[in-house]
Amino acid sequence: MKIRYLITLFIFNINFTISQDSFDSYDQKINGTDYSFKMVPVTGGLFQMGSLKNEVGRFIDEGPVKNVEVSSFWIGAYEVTWELYELFVQRSIDDIENNSKSNEISIDIDAVSGATTPYTDMTFGMGLDGFPAICMTQLAASKFCEWLSAITGNYYRLPTEAEWEYACRAGTKTKFSFGDDVNLLDEYAWFSKNSGEKYQKVGTKKPNSWGIYDMHGNVSEWTLDQYVPSAYYNRKDNSKDPYELAVKEYPRVVRGGSWSDNPNKLRSSARTASNSKWKKRDPQIPKSLWWHTDAPFVGFRIVRPKELPIEEERKKYWINPS
Amino acid sequence: MKKNEIKTKDFSRRNFIKKSALITGGALSIPLSVDAMANVNNEKKLKIGVVGCGGRGAGATVQALKADPNTELVAMGDAFMDRVDSTLGSVKKAMENYNSSSLKRIKVKDSNKFAGFDAYKNVIDKVDVVILATPPGFRPYHFEYAVNAGKHVFMEKPLAVDVPGIHKVMEMARVADEKKLNVVVGLQRHYQNKYIDLKSKIDRGDIGRIVSGQVYWNSPGVWVRKRVSGQSEMEYQMRNWYYFNWLCGDHILEQHIHNIDVANWFIGEYPISAQGMGGRQVRNGLDHGEIYDHHFVEYTYPSGAVVASQCRHQKGTMRRVDEYFQGTKGSIITGKAEIKNVNGDLAYKYKGKGLNEPDPYQFEHDKLFSSIRNNEVISDTENGAKSTLTAIMGRMATYSGKIITLEDALKSKQQIMPESVSWSDQPPTIPDSNGRYPIPTPGVTKIY
Repeated sequence: MKIRYLITLFIFNINFTISQDSFDSYDQKINGTDYSFKMVPVTGGLFQMGSLKNEVGRFIDEGPVKNVEVSSFWIGAYEVTWELYELFVQRSIDDIENNSKSNEISIDIDAVSGATTPYTDMTFGMGLDGFPAICMTQLAASKFCEWLSAITGNYYRLPTEAEWEYACRAGTKTKFSFGDDVNLLDEYAWFSKNSGEKYQKVGTKKPNSWGIYDMHGNVSEWTLDQYVPSAYYNRKDNSKDPYELAVKEYPRVVRGGSWSDNPNKLRSSARTASNSKWKKRDPQIPKSLWWHTDAPFVGFRIVRPKELPIEEERKKYWINPS
Repeated sequence: MKKNEIKTKDFSRRNFIKKSALITGGALSIPLSVDAMANVNNEKKLKIGVVGCGGRGAGATVQALKADPNTELVAMGDAFMDRVDSTLGSVKKAMENYNSSSLKRIKVKDSNKFAGFDAYKNVIDKVDVVILATPPGFRPYHFEYAVNAGKHVFMEKPLAVDVPGIHKVMEMARVADEKKLNVVVGLQRHYQNKYIDLKSKIDRGDIGRIVSGQVYWNSPGVWVRKRVSGQSEMEYQMRNWYYFNWLCGDHILEQHIHNIDVANWFIGEYPISAQGMGGRQVRNGLDHGEIYDHHFVEYTYPSGAVVASQCRHQKGTMRRVDEYFQGTKGSIITGKAEIKNVNGDLAYKYKGKGLNEPDPYQFEHDKLFSSIRNNEVISDTENGAKSTLTAIMGRMATYSGKIITLEDALKSKQQIMPESVSWSDQPPTIPDSNGRYPIPTPGVTKIY
């Protein structure tokens, strides 16, 4: 009995060691397709979230700067592309047998609600293969994460604002992850001056020092948070993994700026609030839960916490209709 | 040919310009003068009803209620009572979010909720303005009843699914004009500032005479409603109406008409012939009825201009919803709102106001109600019917594989929408023992 216990402990320790060592980047394969996407590790730590008053172009909602602690997670090296997002919209691979699924979590894929098929072309002629998916609501982006978790067996979700900014900054305190010089922005980002008024293929500019592409520009990215202008003011210093639980449909936070924005909206600390105008030209009632007809500048990327949260916590980080 | 049937000469350029002046006159945003304001008749409470309680019917209802504060929603109809109830709920919710006091303007008594194929009569009888948003097959009959009853109309495109339906709509357009009824058709690009502006640049001669164009609605496709056990064939087809021609007319009508209509509008003519090809190669499952998943049509205009029209519902293929035109002095792409000169240099771009640009779906209702209040007349029907006919000609061409002239098309007696429909009827198309419907086949299918 004792021996068995020791052996169990031994095996457990080995497993533990392996999981510790495996905090590396990996390619997540999608069963039933040739598609995979890269996740890069972000080792948690303490950082200064927000911008100081003297930062040129900053907005008042970016302060006051607070120390924030973030736990370790993986983040998509790239924004989610149409190839991947369409698999969720179409739901044609759900029933394909999968013997290589991870066993981190197990959820019933049939219980994950699906996005409706949009009436019109949501790429707006800007391109499909290799380009970032756009126009999804935050709910749709989160349901995608739920679906992806069911398909892969790994727990994926949207990043919190804090996680997003931590990953964007990659240890820097400057306006951009490459410093303060806006003249260098063209090397790292697609924005109003160089985008040709459309999104571009993901990963075609330089990454930040942690290997993450397009955090500045290309498409703005959904976070989990309700947009609260005074969120930092109200927040305790040194809070751990903070976020503003979203309860109202609007406004919620997107980050990073997009192909249509000027440089100051691309800064690491810049926050943008979602708006009901993003569904202005949806001619139907009720307006779609899944599509923002007027937000061709909004996309997202995904994260996976290094330590799997308990089930109750996991569900809290997945959005449901408000 | 019956006396009241339209003829090819009704499609002449002269006729287009005369009628389209009326149409764009309705769509252009001209501020009301003080004198005009004095004539505004706001006193009368206008009663609104909706026939066809899908998402679009609900959307149009909310837009109508927002367009004019002295309106009330009083009656609703649909083939199915569950659609009436869910639409009433979503309209209430939307109006409450818009302005809580406007909830009082939703006054649909249980006795004014109607289900079934005759629901439209009951709704139209009770209102001043009716929204017609059922599947398009029913449109000619509903429009006829509304005009005969002297009601103002907002109706969704397309306006018919067959040529007899077009004749009926054209005939009723004349009656509506005589009665000075306002009719707005949901070809909302006519009410979108970008298109109105680009059209004015064409009329000014910025790209010269249009000689060619390419118009597109290529997308992965639309919703599908699967068969539910216990449903009759009629109920199944009515729920999954997009895939049945007698209800939908195929996606070249139901959706691509928007782009074909822009070609007609910008060129200022209607095509005199069409030829093309199409089929259903990918979207061909049991729940996909009888319509094609792609059409490619070449339209020839009286001036000699040729427009290539393509519409496709196939997943994983190139997407484009857009209109391109080439003229003797330059070219235009409506998606980018750009005009280039013959050397390919950017000559003009419509800037717009981004998220503050007016919503064309709202603007078409704003125009409808201000026209009613000012005793003016908006008459979108004729253009809507003619552009619907252009799309029907395209479908005839792809189904038959033949050249379809305007003259031949106008002679067609092929009525795919029955005069009347009831729940006990068999639909015009029924599946074989494998659940498959007869599919139009080029070289075999006869168009008459």
